[in-house]
Amino acid sequence: MGTIILAIILSLIMIFMAVAALLVRRVRTAVLASGILSLIASILYLLLAAPDVAMTEAAIGSGLTTIIFFYVINKIRRSDV
Amino acid sequence: MYKNLFIIVILAGLGILLGRFLLTHHENTSLPELPAYYTDNADHEVGAANVVTAVVVTYRGFDTLGEVTILFVAASLIAMFLKNGLVRKERDPRPSSVILSTAQKLLFPLIVLFGVYVFANGHLTPGGGFQGGAIIATGFLLLLMANPQAEFKHGLFNSIESISGISYVVIGILGAILGLGFLDNRFLPLGHLGRLFSAGAIPVIYSLIGLKVGAELSNILHHLNEVQNEE
Repeated sequence: MGTIILAIILSLIMIFMAVAALLVRRVRTAVLASGILSLIASILYLLLAAPDVAMTEAAIGSGLTTIIFFYVINKIRRSDV
Repeated sequence: MYKNLFIIVILAGLGILLGRFLLTHHENTSLPELPAYYTDNADHEVGAANVVTAVVVTYRGFDTLGEVTILFVAASLIAMFLKNGLVRKERDPRPSSVILSTAQKLLFPLIVLFGVYVFANGHLTPGGGFQGGAIIATGFLLLLMANPQAEFKHGLFNSIESISGISYVVIGILGAILGLGFLDNRFLPLGHLGRLFSAGAIPVIYSLIGLKVGAELSNILHHLNEVQNEE
């Protein structure tokens, strides 16, 4: 029962982060929101007994992708000027 | 006006579809035929304690070869586009904080070691080549964040990647010659279930995939970091 309540809370945070990533005005905040979304998704995968997928999601979804977004945003800002 | 109406109609359609799925859905009490075959036979046919690894490397090994190829093509294209005709102009980035550089010195070997552990134990515990490679790449990411001027040896990374990619295909062909088919793992002894040296060629294949993925992702990150240094 505790697992189900935890899963529901995590899903609500996930939906909140997804909406925030769409609506927030600053791009950096949106990228951070999508990174947190991936991190919570990996916890949910772990709760659903899929540790292999959870590891991939945590390393690639929330780690590498977020940083690559930041690299690209930084590059675009500087070549714009 | 019409745009909003269109969006509402699409949302209603999706809601009806998903609602019908939710109402008619019932949980299976037993596994379907194919997953049941995998869980019943993976331990004595393949010798891997982790059924997911048995499916990914052996039963669906050809798909894994395709995934590795996709990643290779993506890394090559990124290298091609980012290296094309750029004039290097050095900039002086702000030195990173003491906390970050000290933590990097401590954590970098541990993260790489953990990545190696994950792909070497892929047939026993959750994880495998892709996960281990991604963890190694996050270690190199930390290195690049702590000192952005760091230079990798591109030749070393490229040769690690090429050699492991070629060895992966060679092991697959060896499986076809000595075993029962392409990427069959049973041309090496299956060993004792649950030991590190067991499951035939699976640890070898997953170690090669881990090295390849780690080198590729680190190379992508290094290319992106190099582009940051140019105007």
